[in-house]
Amino acid sequence: MAEPILSIRNVTRDFGEFRAVDDVSIDIQTGTITGLIGPNGAGKTTLFNVLTGMLPPTSGTVHLDGQDVTRFRPDALFAMGLGRTFQIPRPFAKMSVLENVMLAPLAQSGERLWGPFFQSGKMRDQEAAIRRRAMEVLDFVTLAPLADNAAGQISGGQMKLLELARILMGDPKLILLDEPAAGVNPTLTKTLIEKIEELNRDGKTFVIIEHDMDFVMQHCDPVIALAEGRKVFEGRAEEAQSNTVLLDAYLGAQVE
Amino acid sequence: MIGVLSYLIFFATVASILSIAVLGLNLQWGNTGLFNGGVVAFFGAGAYGTLILGGIPQDGLIGGFQLPYLIALFGGMVIAGIVAWVVGLLTLRLRHDYLAIATFGVAVAFENLVRNAAILGGAQGIRGFERPLRDLFESALAYNAAFFVFVLTLLILTYLFLERLIASPFGRLLRAIREDETAAQSLGKSPSRVRLTAFIAGSVIMGLAGGLYATFYAFISPQDVLPILTFQIWAMLIVGGAGNNKGAVMGTFLIWAAWTASGWALSRFAPLEVQLYTGSIQFVLIGFVIVGMLMWRPQGLFPEKLVVSQSAAAKR
Ligand SMILES: Nc1ncnc2c1ncn2[C@@H]1O[C@H](COP(=O)(O)OP(=O)(O)OP(=O)(O)O)[C@@H](O)[C@H]1O
Ligand SMILES: [Mg+2]
Repeated sequence: MAEPILSIRNVTRDFGEFRAVDDVSIDIQTGTITGLIGPNGAGKTTLFNVLTGMLPPTSGTVHLDGQDVTRFRPDALFAMGLGRTFQIPRPFAKMSVLENVMLAPLAQSGERLWGPFFQSGKMRDQEAAIRRRAMEVLDFVTLAPLADNAAGQISGGQMKLLELARILMGDPKLILLDEPAAGVNPTLTKTLIEKIEELNRDGKTFVIIEHDMDFVMQHCDPVIALAEGRKVFEGRAEEAQSNTVLLDAYLGAQVE
Repeated sequence: MIGVLSYLIFFATVASILSIAVLGLNLQWGNTGLFNGGVVAFFGAGAYGTLILGGIPQDGLIGGFQLPYLIALFGGMVIAGIVAWVVGLLTLRLRHDYLAIATFGVAVAFENLVRNAAILGGAQGIRGFERPLRDLFESALAYNAAFFVFVLTLLILTYLFLERLIASPFGRLLRAIREDETAAQSLGKSPSRVRLTAFIAGSVIMGLAGGLYATFYAFISPQDVLPILTFQIWAMLIVGGAGNNKGAVMGTFLIWAAWTASGWALSRFAPLEVQLYTGSIQFVLIGFVIVGMLMWRPQGLFPEKLVVSQSAAAKR
């Protein structure tokens, strides 16, 4: 098999006494849509936070494209092509939807203090290109009509699409989505799935945390399950459905 | 008539100088969300810096370098920037209220430093500054009018500089970091670097205001860098509208007018026993204005605009 785009080795993350992620090793293959499932509190979001540099692991390593990126900062990882969305959306609330998206491109010359004064020509050209691209991306995620609305005023589902639009501006090769369909109405979910599959066909790799089993079974392969911080299953979606360990983990957590 | 005119010039000069400081705070708080509770430290660094660099030598005092005025003024700004750089490196990791407390502490420390350091003039302050080009004007009134034009020019330049900055991708970045630093960082931005840049830039602008203030009075002392000035500057920004440069300037003129009017009214109409407490009463009034405004209209008289970056606002 080809070299994995993301290689997680023995990652552990403690919060004080509590072990939220426990010795997890996963390889994510290029071009896949991996489903990451598990009961509430299993450590899925914590694992994302470690992978994206928001939390340092207590131990273990993460390699992106063969390079050791353990403890890299989130901004550096985004620049290397790793984009993520948040379980609870984090829009820049008092900025317009369009501005939210225009923020994302890297290395904007107008982002330096002197840029607007000494590189104003270059800045204007870049801005025009960024605006055009931002409108395309907003169009792609069906948010173009809301471009001038305050990002804090759109619906929760639309915020999830907005987060996707923002990271697309950075043209990431690996995208981590934390519960993209939670709280999103069925029509919007359908749109979202179409967009994900379209991007996947263009070569982008996805890891998706999702509780909606239909979503996972239909669109994710492989499926990885965490429970109490440990990896308890890795395989094809069909196998997941009949896997007893996995069912126990879910039912156990839900009955408790 | 002359009296009224000269008073108006005096009022407008001080209000314009304070407007510059409020614009600096607006860059830090209004746009970047940095709670600077020690504005006077940077204002004071600019004021002391300008007088030290541009003043005449005096026994026992540091400085008296007699640099050309504009260089001294610029030097004061640089000194304010250096102070901000050091303070920023030490405190900018702190969030909101902690940053406010830390910077407030810095300002109190600054006041204590200038009060106790004999070479900085101690409690007496630094006197005897020769105001630039004073000899060219016969009357004090004409000179003050010219100085007002100079201050107003700098206010306009500062305003235009900030408007252009805020309308750029840099301004967009500042507001994103104000809104959600974590999200901004996940999009490849470096919040710590941007926060430090905005903190220094805002403080340099406060330093400019301080330098002009010291020039105007040809004098600076620890009495000029008391915490009350920080509160006044905050009140001006909150009333005017954080995040809006026009609001910042309008708020300054409004609050400064209310401040001087209340001082005048108290000294004129209040019983003598009360007059002793004029300062304290005004202090309380400023507190009421800040709290009242936050409750009644937290966005200020001139709220921030939604779409600020120019190209995002452009017609499509
Ligand atoms: N910053 C933190 N400090 C302390 N404990 C934390 C922190 N973040 C997460 N935890 C704990 O770690 C465990 C795993 O949390 P995590 O958010 O990763 O779960 P999850 O699998 O994403 O769950 P859900 O499906 O509910 O989103 C939980 O018990 C949580 O309380
Ligand atoms: Mg989660």
